[in-house]
Formats: sequence, structure tokens, C-alpha cells
Amino acid sequence: MIFLETKQLTKRFGGLVAVNNVDFAIEQGKINAIIGPNGAGKSTFFNLISGFHPPTSGQVIFKGQDITKLPSNKIAELGVARTFQTTNLFEQSTVLDNVIVGHRLRTKSTLVDAILRTPRLKREEAQCREKAMEVLEFVDLQHIAHKPVAGLTQEEKKRTAFALALATDPEIVFLDEPAAGVNPDETEGLAELMKKMVNKGITVCLIEHKMQMIMRIADKIMVLNYGEKIAEGKPEEIQNNETVIKAYLGGSASA
Amino acid sequence: MEILIQQLFNGLTIGSVYALVALGLTLVYGILHIPNFAHGALYMMGGYITLTMMTRFGLHYWLAIFVSIIVVGLLGVLMERFVFHPLREAPPIHDKIAAIGILLFLEAFAQFYWGAEYQSMPTPYGQIVEVFGLTLTMQRILIVVAAVVVMFILYLFLKKTFTGATIIAMSQNREGANLVGINTNKVAMLTFMISGGLAAIASSLSAPINLVFPGMGHLVILKAFVIIILGGMGSIPGAIVGGYIVGFSESLGATYISNDYKDIIAFLFLVLILTVKPTGLFSKGGSH
Amino acid sequence: MTNVLKQRNVVIILILFALAFPMMTSNTYMIHVMTLSFIWMIGVYGLNLLAGYTGYLSLAHAGFFAIGAYSLGLLTVKAQMNFWLALVLALVITCSIGLVVGAIALRTKEHFFAIYTLCLGYIIYLVIDKWDSLTEGVRGLIGIPAPAPIGPITFETEKAHYYFVLFFLLLVVLIMYRIVHSLSGRTYIAIRNSEDLAQTIGISTKTNKLTVFVLSTFFAGLSGALYASFVRFIGPDIGSTNIVFDLLTYLLVGGIGTLSGPIVGTLLIVWLSQLLQDFQQYRMLIFGPALTLLIIFAPRGIVGAVATWNMNRKLKKYPNNQARSGRSRNDSLVKSEIVPEKQVKEG
Repeated sequence: MIFLETKQLTKRFGGLVAVNNVDFAIEQGKINAIIGPNGAGKSTFFNLISGFHPPTSGQVIFKGQDITKLPSNKIAELGVARTFQTTNLFEQSTVLDNVIVGHRLRTKSTLVDAILRTPRLKREEAQCREKAMEVLEFVDLQHIAHKPVAGLTQEEKKRTAFALALATDPEIVFLDEPAAGVNPDETEGLAELMKKMVNKGITVCLIEHKMQMIMRIADKIMVLNYGEKIAEGKPEEIQNNETVIKAYLGGSASA
Repeated sequence: MEILIQQLFNGLTIGSVYALVALGLTLVYGILHIPNFAHGALYMMGGYITLTMMTRFGLHYWLAIFVSIIVVGLLGVLMERFVFHPLREAPPIHDKIAAIGILLFLEAFAQFYWGAEYQSMPTPYGQIVEVFGLTLTMQRILIVVAAVVVMFILYLFLKKTFTGATIIAMSQNREGANLVGINTNKVAMLTFMISGGLAAIASSLSAPINLVFPGMGHLVILKAFVIIILGGMGSIPGAIVGGYIVGFSESLGATYISNDYKDIIAFLFLVLILTVKPTGLFSKGGSH
Repeated sequence: MTNVLKQRNVVIILILFALAFPMMTSNTYMIHVMTLSFIWMIGVYGLNLLAGYTGYLSLAHAGFFAIGAYSLGLLTVKAQMNFWLALVLALVITCSIGLVVGAIALRTKEHFFAIYTLCLGYIIYLVIDKWDSLTEGVRGLIGIPAPAPIGPITFETEKAHYYFVLFFLLLVVLIMYRIVHSLSGRTYIAIRNSEDLAQTIGISTKTNKLTVFVLSTFFAGLSGALYASFVRFIGPDIGSTNIVFDLLTYLLVGGIGTLSGPIVGTLLIVWLSQLLQDFQQYRMLIFGPALTLLIIFAPRGIVGAVATWNMNRKLKKYPNNQARSGRSRNDSLVKSEIVPEKQVKEG
């Protein structure tokens, strides 16, 4: 079933076309992957879907609703979460403190609640904390919940970033190079975690350079090159696709 | 009509000074992406050093300016080395605060060493001349001409020399410049040197028609910021054009609107621009 | 837990000290200086909420300080209004201007925001300086009254004024404490940390930033209004950038983005300046470089340095190589698989 789709999505920066006419359908409950050489427009594609850049033309449809013009925080409220290549966590704070704010969008308390310490605020704080512990357990970080982020390994930071995204109660998560800077063993662990998300009913869409991992876990792959979709299909189809092979060999010059 | 022409010439004079200050500011911004809040203090130091060289050491005006360029340029290099270089990976708020610290120090230093009172700078070009029926002082003509000459030399340097080309290359793409083997440290220091030198020239030229005092850089630096936002942060032609625009609008505003509020004009420009386009005029699309 | 108890004890001791201070000295000058530093602290908290917790360095806050001061001054002196009504109105005026300015200024970011607010601050200063008919210009505004008595309580003496200001300071600290330790505070810190990330986890950065901006101008305005009624005389200079640089210095020395930083920094510098009385004029010879050195070597000031030390101690409690449950970790990294953390951005 089509869960989120883009229709003729295009983004131009000045004269440069970063994303060109991309139609892509993300299936619910699957692991969808986007691959392509550096500079192929993958991150820009994510930015368009999550509302960071307004597309030059085209549409983004989530569960039948046009979300093209929504600001990114509204898109998040609808259940679309994402992570960044750099984790952007607050280093001086603990893992738990970083993740608690992830559930903020499901709460209503305001500054007035904060100043007056209303029951609503207390209730919602407990709710956020509970949610944070739940997702930390899910990503297997509960044992370091009170450790400052500054002392984490790269992989633990990635898991924290996942947890933060999961704390928003998403139906779909977009992961931008989740396994970058992480060793093979840990990559394996992160791949397991993505499968676990899907099993829990969360659709996954990721950008990744680690082909072995992608080919093993992805249900569906789209290949971008110079902003255009050059192939789409199951891993085995992509592996044998002439255009893709050419793009990767030729693309090394632009990488 | 005569008043108008007189005011246009005044605008040209002020605009020349603004353009020189803004050029230094925009060069540094282009290379390092630092809004150097201490640039006005460099301007002020330039004025004092020229003045001291002339009054205490009896140097000729031009020689004094030369010394001033060197000293203030070196001051810029020191700032780059000891303050901005260590902060290049820090959050963006840090380099601004560091620059403010330098600004406060230099002003306090000037007040401590040279005193708080306003001082006037003698000039060998005090004579009054009549040009096309206008009464002008030689100094004002000198400002206009010297600014054009300095801009031309800067242009030649940036366009025609290899070192200049590296500055341009780095302002366009720092990481790329690093990759092709440009010594980014050297370029950064050189840029600060030039930036300080330009500030020294600007203040030394304008001091005889204004005055020298510890706070003389305040308004100038603010306006220079307005100018580079007007002209596009990091843009060299933008700084020049912006400088003249602000210069003209101020001198005309002072005559035809209100002398009291002439200093506000530049800031109203800024408020207007940033209200309409928060990323500044001529910024490239896509903030990421 | 012991930590929390210790913290609470420190706070109680500090409050008791502040309450007892006027009784410990008969020197009204000391009380005067202390009251002034309390007033500055409130302004510093305003700056801290915005710059320290939300990441936006506003250089217009001297302007809002002056707006608060002049509003109170003009309403009491020229409009002969009751002090308390004037105080409330002064705060309303400051916040309203803050709302309009914030809505525009916050469309800009980072450098642009700093430059924009610097220029705005200057506009406010110029208007106060030049608008003679309203503000008396450089002559200044004289004869601003002390707070009107509430029943039997009067505020004419230094001591009474001290407690009056202390009350507001404690209120501000309480508000700050509650904000920082609430979901709202977490939201602001998330924005400071990374606006992009905050936006993706569903935070409306626009509304939150504007709320913070207005509240921070409220603190600045309150600080200004208290200043006006305490010093009784105000001139355009209170709106000059020097004031915002002073506040910034207090904040940086104490610790930007920390709760106790404004108190520590302000007390330290104000009293240090008192010791160096003759040096007052040249204090920036020391504080200027201090500001620069601090931001390079101890960006979170005195309080931040202590906190970092605490964090490192906490980190040590975690052994470096803890095996995750049921999975052993292989430390030999295969280089070819490792993509460097810093990547060329696409698009």
C-alpha cells in the first residue's frame, strides 16, 4: 500500500536542479532505501519531504493528504520523523534529557503552565519522561540513559538520534545515513534496529552508502543520480541494473 | 541647486569612507564568515596611530598613514591568530562575543592611553578650492580620489595577482580551497591584514574633517554592517556600491529631512531590507 | 539525591544572606551597590533566557532596558501617574514593542540577528537622545519617584528599596528556574541546540522564539523600570550599546546558559569594579580581554566550568567499554567501512 508518495517533485537552487521530477512511492511497513552517488540530491529529497525546503514544483502526499506546503513541525505532528547525517544532539546533557523533548509535540502545556507549575505540566512531563524511557529501551540504550551525550560512541549517538525521532510517535521515519561513521558490527546492530522498527509498525525510509547493508535489509530501493530517479525496484533488480552500475562507476568522479 | 550639488559631493565623501570600511568588513566575512564587531575599533585605532605619528613623531601625513596601515593590519592579524582562529569550530555566538571583547578592550585602551577628549588631526590639505562654482576643501577631494585609487589597487590585487586569486577562491569555497592546496591560514591572516589596513586608511582620511576620539568607530561600523547587508555579505562590489548609497542618502537626508535623525537613515535601510528579506539582499537561495 | 538537597541548602543560605545583608552593614553605600547589582541581574536574566537558552544573541536589550526605564519615568514624571500603574504600563509598553520587534527580528538568524538587533538598539538610543520634546534628550529625566507606599509599607529608604528590588529578583529567579526545568525550557534548549532538529521533532520554532523574545524584553524592561525608580534620574546613555556589553560581560563571566551564572557574574564584576573604583573608567582594559579569553577557554563561564567538572566526574562513573547485553563489541574497526563524520552537504 502506498503510504507516502512524491509526485514530480522538483527543486532548483538558482540554475542548479538538485531534484528533478521525482516520483517515488513509499510502501507502508517496509524498509525503503534511497541510494546514489554523492551530490545526487538524496538529502535535498529528504529536505523536501520533511518540509525544510519548499519544492519548486511537485507534490508530497502523506496518507492521502497533501503536505507539500506544510512547515516541518506540522509534518512532524502528522507522524513523519527524520534524523540528520550529523546527530545534532546536545552534548552537555544526558541521553534521557536529549530524548525527553522528542515527545513535546504531543503535549500542550505552555509557558504559563511552566511558570505556574500546573498539574497539566507535571502530568505531561511525566508522560514525556515515560515515553523517553520507552524509546530508549526500544533502541537498547536504557543502561546509559543518564550518561552525558559527550561521552557516547558514534553508534550510541546514532541510537539516541533514533530514539529522539521515535519519541515523536511517528508512523514513518526518514533516516539520513544512519550508519555513517559506525563500524561493521555496529552497522549490523543498527540494521537490526531498523527491522525492529518495521516490526513495530513504523515505516522506514533511509539514505545510505553502505551497499551491503542496504541490499540485505531494504525491501525497495530508489536510485538517484544528478537529481533524477534512474532506477527503482527490489535489491536484486537494482544490483543488476545497467544504468545504476554505470552511474556508480561514472559517478565516482563527482563523488 | 547649489545646495544639492554640494550635498551630493558630501555624500560622495562620506560614501568613500564608508565603502573603504565596508570593504574590509566584507572581505573578512567572505573568507571566515565572521561579522567582525571589532572592525570599528580597528578604524578608531587607525585614526589615533596616524595622529600620534604626526604629532608626536612629526611624520608627514602620508608616512603616518603608512605606519598606521601596517600597525592596524598587524593588529588584525593578531586578532585572527589568537581569537578567531581558535574559535573557528565554536558555535556562531562565540566569535561575535569574542569580537565584542576586543572592541571593548581597544576602546578602553584608547581612552586610557590617548584620553577621552576629542582631538583634531592636522592636514596638509586644508586649503579651500573652487571647483565648478563649488567651495570644497582639498581634504574632501583627497578622500574621494584616494578611495578610488585604493579600490582600484585592491581590484588589481584581487584580480591580477595569484595571492589575490586565492582570497577570491577561498571566499567562494573554503573547503574546496583547502583541497586544492591553498594555505587557508595564510589567506585568513592576509585578509585580516588588508581589512585592518583599509580601516586605517579610511579613518586617517576622514579624521581631518571629523575628529579623533575613542568612540569614533561606533557609528561607522554599524553603518558598514548595514552596507554589507545591503550589498550582500561577502560581496566586494556590493560593499562599494552600498557605501556610496548610504553616503548619498545620509547627506541628502540631513539636508532635506532632518539633520538630527540622519544617522537613523542607514538603520532604517537595514530594518527595511531584513524585514523584506531576512537573509539579506543577494543571498543565495536555500539556507542549508 | 544528596546533590539536590545540597543545592537546596545553598539556595536557602543565599536567600537568607540576601535578606540579612542590609542588617549586617550600616553602610548605605554598600546597600546601594547591592541593590544596583540586583537590578542588573534581572536584565542579565533577560539576556540569558534569549542568548543562553535559546541561542539568539540580542544586542538590542539595552534599548529595551531604556524603554522600560523611560516609560516608567515619563508616565510618573510627565503624566503624573500612580507608580504601580506606571510600572505595569511600562512593562506592557516594553513587551508590546518587544513583540513587534521580535516578530521581525526573529525572521533573521545568527549574524543577521546580531547585526539587526545591534542596529535596532542604536535606533532606540537615537530616538531617546533626539526626541527632546518627549524625553528631554541629553538633559535627562529628573525626579522619578520611588515606589508609592502600599498601606504602611514605604520605599523611601535605601533598605526598603533594597527589599523591593530583591523581591523582584527572587521572582525572576523563580520564574527562570521553573522555565528551565519545564517542557518549555527543554523546548528552548532544543532550539538553541539545533533549530533544524527542533523543527523536525515538531517544535514550532517561530512561536517559541517569539515567546522567549518577549519574555526576555519583559525582564529587560523590568530591570530598566526598577533602575529608573531607584536612581531617580535617567539619561539616553542607559540605552547605549555599552550597557548591553556590560550585561553581556556579567553573563559571560558567570556562565551563559546557566541558572546561577547571572548572579555569580554580576556580583563578581560589580564588586570587583567597586574595589577598582579609580579604575572604573578603564575597567574594560581588563573585562574586554576577559570576555574574549573566557569565550575561547571557558565558554560557559564560572558556573559552566563547575558544571563541566561535575559532568566529567559523572562520566567517569561509566566504565568506558561496557558490553551491551547479549552482544560483544569488536573493537577492531575496518577502515574502509568508515565514512568520515563530516560530509560534504548535498544540494
